[in-house]
Amino acid sequence: MPENIVEIQEKPKKKKPKKKVIEVTGLGVKFNMAEQKVDSLKEYFIRLVHRKLKYKEFWALKDVSFTIRKGDRVGILGLNGAGKSTLLKVIAGVLKATEGTVTVKESVVPLLELGAGFDKDYTGAENIYLYGSMLGYKREFINEKFDEIVEFSELGDFINVPVKNYSSGMRARLGFSIATIVDPQILILDEVLSVGDAKFKKKSANKLKKMMKDGVTVLLVSHQSEQVRQICNKAIILDHGRLVDSGKAEEVCDRYEESYINKK
Amino acid sequence: MLTAFRNFSKYRYLLYELIKKDIKLKYRSSVLGVLWTLLEPLLTMIVLTVVFSGLLGKGDESFPVYILCGRLLYSFFSTGTKTALKSIRKNASTIKKVYVPKYMYPLASTMSSYLMFLISLIVLVGVVLYEKVTITTAIIGSIVPLILVFFLTFGVGLILSVLDVFFRDLEYLWTVVLMLIMYTCAIFYKVESLKSITNEWIFKINPLYSLIVNFRNAIFGRPLDMYHMWYAMGFSAVVMLIGSFLFYKKQDKFILYI
Repeated sequence: MPENIVEIQEKPKKKKPKKKVIEVTGLGVKFNMAEQKVDSLKEYFIRLVHRKLKYKEFWALKDVSFTIRKGDRVGILGLNGAGKSTLLKVIAGVLKATEGTVTVKESVVPLLELGAGFDKDYTGAENIYLYGSMLGYKREFINEKFDEIVEFSELGDFINVPVKNYSSGMRARLGFSIATIVDPQILILDEVLSVGDAKFKKKSANKLKKMMKDGVTVLLVSHQSEQVRQICNKAIILDHGRLVDSGKAEEVCDRYEESYINKK
Repeated sequence: MLTAFRNFSKYRYLLYELIKKDIKLKYRSSVLGVLWTLLEPLLTMIVLTVVFSGLLGKGDESFPVYILCGRLLYSFFSTGTKTALKSIRKNASTIKKVYVPKYMYPLASTMSSYLMFLISLIVLVGVVLYEKVTITTAIIGSIVPLILVFFLTFGVGLILSVLDVFFRDLEYLWTVVLMLIMYTCAIFYKVESLKSITNEWIFKINPLYSLIVNFRNAIFGRPLDMYHMWYAMGFSAVVMLIGSFLFYKKQDKFILYI
C-alpha cells in the first residue's frame, strides 16, 4: 500500500511524457517484384507449365521502429525510393505490414493524394458526400459542414459541375477542404503543401498552422530538409528501407544535408 | 467478430453512398432513367415470347410469366457477378490511398444490382395481372429464392472479385461461363419438353436453375421443390463461405497488384 502512494506523489514531479499515438516496432514490408508481371490466367498457366514463375523479393522497409507522441511533428526524410511513402501508407492503413506491428491510437486523416476518392462523373457536391463517407464521416456531420467545405474550397458555382471538368488545382482544393474539416488528431502530409494557386496555398498553410497550434500530430514526408525545418520538431531519415537516423529536427536535417545532399 | 461489426457500422454510410453512386451514375445520361429497368426485361420478354412460344406447347401456364421469372433472376445474377468482379479493380485508385473495408466495394455493387432487380419485379407483377395468373398463398414461398439469389450472387461475386485482381482475363472467361449458365437455366423452354435429355444432371447442378424452378413454383401456386431448395441453399452457403474466406485471406495483397 505505501508504495502506491509514493508512486502517485511522484507522478506530477516528472515532466509528464505525452501519450504515445503511433508505435512502430520492427516494421518490415516486402514486395514481390515479379520480373515480368503475370496478371492473366493464360500467362499464369503457360509459366506454370514451363516452371517460370519466379518472384524477386524486395524489402521496401525493414526493421523500422519508432514512437510518436501526441503533438509531435515528425519529418520523414529520405531520397527517392527510400520507403517514405510506403511507411505513410502503412500508417494510413492502406498497406499491411509483412512483419512487425504498427499501432495507431487516434484517427488518421491521410492527405496522401488529394481527391483520390473522387468519382469523376460525380459533381463536386456529390463528391463531398462520397469522399466524406470514405473518411468515415456521418451524413449529419457532412450536412452540417457542407457550406463550410464549399466556402473553403472557393469553388463557387463549380460545385455542381462534374469533377472530370475540374482543373487539378480545383480538385486538390476540394480534397483539402473535405479532409481538413474534421480537425483530425493525426495528419499525414505527403508533399501536398503546394496545393492550388498562391492564394490558396497561403490559406491552406494557415489552416495547417492553426491545426498544429491545436496540438495535431503531423507526419510529413519530404526530401527537402528546409520544409522539415520549418514545420517539424522531430525527424527521421530512411535509407533503402532502414531507419538510419532520428532525433531533433534541426540536428537530423543538418546530418541529412551533410551526408546525402552535399556529399555528391 | 465484434470489431468487424463495429467497423461495419462505422462505414455503413459509405455503403449507402456507394450504392447511391452506382444507381445515380447508371441512369444519369439516359433519358428514360430508372424506367429503363422496367422496360428492358419487358422488351426481352416480348421478343422471347414471340420467338419461342412454340417450345412450351399448349400448357395452361402463361408463357410470358414463365419466361420473365427465369429471365429476371438470371439477369440479376449476371449483372451482379459481373459488376462485383470488376469492383476491386475499378476502385483501385481509392483503395491505394484511403483505408476503407475493401469488401464494401463488391458488397455495394451487388446490393445496387439487387435493388434494381427488386424494382424490376414490378414488371412481373404487371405481367402476372395482365395474364390473369391466379396467385395463391404459395406466393409467400417466393421469398426463399429471392433471398437466396442475393447470397448466391454475392458469394460468387466475392470469389470473382478476388481472382480478378490477380488474373485480368477472368472477365472474358466469366462471360463464357455466364452463357453456359444461361442455357442451363431453362429460361425459355421446359426441361421436360426436351425430347431426349441425356444430360439431365446439368440442370441438377446449376444452383440458379434450382432458384428459378422454385420461384416459378411460388408464382404459379405450387409448393416449393425441396431438392432444389436445399441444393440452392447449400450452394449459396458454400460460395459465401469460400468467398468470405478467400477475400479475407487475400485482401491485403490487392494493393500490390492493382
